[in-house]
Amino acid sequence: MSDQEYIPKSKFGKWFNDRLPLLTLANHLTDYPTPKNLNYWWTFGGILTFCLITQIVTGLVLAMHYIAHADMAFDSVEHIMRDVNYGWLIRYIHANGASMFFLAVYIHIFRSLFYGSYKAPREIIWIIGIIIYLLMMAAAFLGYVLPWGQMSFWGATVITNLFSAIPLVGEGIVTWLWGGYSVDNPTLTRFFTLHYLIPFLILGLVVLHIWALHVPGNNNPVGIDIQKPSKDTVPFHPYIVIKDGFALLMFMIVFAFFVFYTPNILGHADNYIEANPLVTPAHIVPEWYLLPFYAILRSVPDKLLGVVAMLSAILILAALPWLDTSKIRSAVFRPLYKQFYWILVADVLILGYVGAMPAEGLYLLIARIATAYYFLHFLIILPVLGFREKTMPLPLSITEPILGGSPNLVLAKDRKKFKN
Amino acid sequence: MKNFIKILPLLFLLIGFSKNSNSAEKVEYLKTDWSFKGLFGKFDRGALQRGYQVYTEVCASCHSMKYLSYRNLAEEGGPEFSVAEAKAIAASFEVNDGPNDDGEMFTRPGKLSDKFVMPYDNVKAAQAANGGAYPPDMSVLVKARGGGVDYIYSLLQGYEDPPAGITLDDGVYYNKYMYGNKIKMPNQLSDGLVVYADGTEASVEQMSKDVTTFLMWSAEPHLESRHKMGFKAIVYLIILTILVYFSMKRIWSRIETKV
Amino acid sequence: MAEKKTNRRDFLFTATYAVGAVGVGAVVWPMVDQMNPDASVKALASTEVDVSSVTPGKTITVLWRGKPVFIRRRTQDEIIEAKSVKMEELKHPEKDEDRAKNPEWLVMLGVCTHLGCVPLDQKGDYNGWFCPCHGSHYDISGRIRKGPAPTNMEIPEYKFVNSDTIKIG
Repeated sequence: MSDQEYIPKSKFGKWFNDRLPLLTLANHLTDYPTPKNLNYWWTFGGILTFCLITQIVTGLVLAMHYIAHADMAFDSVEHIMRDVNYGWLIRYIHANGASMFFLAVYIHIFRSLFYGSYKAPREIIWIIGIIIYLLMMAAAFLGYVLPWGQMSFWGATVITNLFSAIPLVGEGIVTWLWGGYSVDNPTLTRFFTLHYLIPFLILGLVVLHIWALHVPGNNNPVGIDIQKPSKDTVPFHPYIVIKDGFALLMFMIVFAFFVFYTPNILGHADNYIEANPLVTPAHIVPEWYLLPFYAILRSVPDKLLGVVAMLSAILILAALPWLDTSKIRSAVFRPLYKQFYWILVADVLILGYVGAMPAEGLYLLIARIATAYYFLHFLIILPVLGFREKTMPLPLSITEPILGGSPNLVLAKDRKKFKN
Repeated sequence: MKNFIKILPLLFLLIGFSKNSNSAEKVEYLKTDWSFKGLFGKFDRGALQRGYQVYTEVCASCHSMKYLSYRNLAEEGGPEFSVAEAKAIAASFEVNDGPNDDGEMFTRPGKLSDKFVMPYDNVKAAQAANGGAYPPDMSVLVKARGGGVDYIYSLLQGYEDPPAGITLDDGVYYNKYMYGNKIKMPNQLSDGLVVYADGTEASVEQMSKDVTTFLMWSAEPHLESRHKMGFKAIVYLIILTILVYFSMKRIWSRIETKV
Repeated sequence: MAEKKTNRRDFLFTATYAVGAVGVGAVVWPMVDQMNPDASVKALASTEVDVSSVTPGKTITVLWRGKPVFIRRRTQDEIIEAKSVKMEELKHPEKDEDRAKNPEWLVMLGVCTHLGCVPLDQKGDYNGWFCPCHGSHYDISGRIRKGPAPTNMEIPEYKFVNSDTIKIG
């Protein structure tokens, strides 16, 4: 990074900045050199920040009216929906906000996968991102329990029971999680506490995520390092700010449509029935954003191994920077990887689809094949591809016309030479 | 942008699939035109008032409506009875209150701030009076059923003689639209069951539609303001998006790169 | 030409900022308004009290909007005392007639105007109320006579529905 010493203009500014360099930070953030060729897939970082802040603000507001007690939680949610001023708006933003958050995070993750943003020197950014994603799933699950509807209750029962798969101590852990012999009031109050805590942990990790990003700088669609900062980059403000803002507004239009016109479409009708420990709903389905993992869980016919498979499916992502052996980042220059990438996208979508279906017959078979392929992609295809794939020549710099009749064809083929 | 176009249909397919999956085994519901659907959807006041009449005269003897208060009947976006009418409705119910200064519970005429009076003291009492089946609270019933209004509307008109080969226990009835076709609620509606104050003919179809509209309102009392606000919000966002788009073009025109 | 371009650019940016600011305001308001009393709280704004059992010289305290309301049936002596006070002696001059429409009944918000404590009945230097928190003395009309409270205790809106029932609010 080209962080030349920043000296505030005003005397007070200088005095303050010598003691707490906030102005240096602000200056760094405004001037932060960003590759000028970033496309709209790069705007989801900003969109995700917006999502997190929206969830925290609306969540704080809801917590002012919500009552975390098994006898009153459902009633208090209805109270919010009916009587609290704009309560319905705030709750629908929060509920749909969770879905929008996941939509954005999936696009963000798949953007990284396509452009190889997880590769050196950005492994730490990627791993922090995976932790954020795990925490998001935890927060979403805990939050879904709070309205204390039928899906809340049975979702909580099923997910906490996953821990019973652990040999020897499993049952003890489940009882400990519940604070009783079933999901009940103690479970609800602790879930509320944790649901309140996690977003702030995420916020802290987001700061680290951005910090780790600002050390090497952004990856870009071409996936090569920046050669001449003056030529290849633009200052973050106003160029990237306005572009992120534009993309954010487009995103907000979709968001608003869900909130105002189909606020319950992503939820489940059973969650408008108050929790009843005596009756399980006919179909227990998690929220759409957890469906692929749910499919992996159900595709393994063994309780413990199913849980292991589901967890591995997420944790395997943390090892991705080392599983992908190719030195070329962007899929633009990796014709084979590009195809496997789209197969993976389809595979995850299929997993999501079968996750919503009953686990039987053809669906189960498809789920098993898709699960196997998911692991195959990361454990076999990616490592092998790095050695076997014939990649396309890289351009000299990101301002250079991509491919075309570049005179550096030979140079570009050998990345080591090219780097020197 | 090309990639975006590639992935978008996949996403919609996924949403479409999961929606289909829920209704895969079910019969086609009866269709009717609901005034509250669509971007500008509003409730039909007449239908809400008639629906309230059907609810009190037919449903309320078994089904509670615990999240509604009598004041809601006079609120904007609802049946919009006048405040005087709503007060009279409230006063026509006996409400339990207390304890008084002597420590005793007593009954008094209802007030606007009171919740709808419940037909049974508790769930057990409701089950005992209905052969073990709990008549669900109807405040959010429309949102608590996968098929929503179409399902409720169809169910009310879906009573039939069971097809050959299906035997029903006592107190169980056959309904075309019920999940599993067996329902513990007997058919409630018959032509002319209620006499509408506004002179509308009380056919089964009409009553089903009216009471379903009423239930939709009770589940989403702020639906009208939501639609109104939504339209304004989206128009506003589109205007701002256009402004930001041109500002962005202007800013990026300072350098040669295209956005 | 160049000048024209600048103007147009300025207008575009100003318009964008202005429209954006309107949106921020529109989003902030619901977040603020949600803390105001909700519809169910507003609906409880009035309460009816049966006062048939209150004898002269007695005070009952009832809850209205979450605050105590003192309803005192005053004796003849007290009424005379309340009416005899000269306006110039008062920190917050109000006639007793204006505070108690029916002189026998004083209906008053039982909240000290200093910092919101509940004053004690028939205490203090003026035979009215005395606030134990910071020592404000009120007379039998609920008017502030001594101590830090700035104004008399508040009279809520109320009316006699019939001779036995008072409706507050």
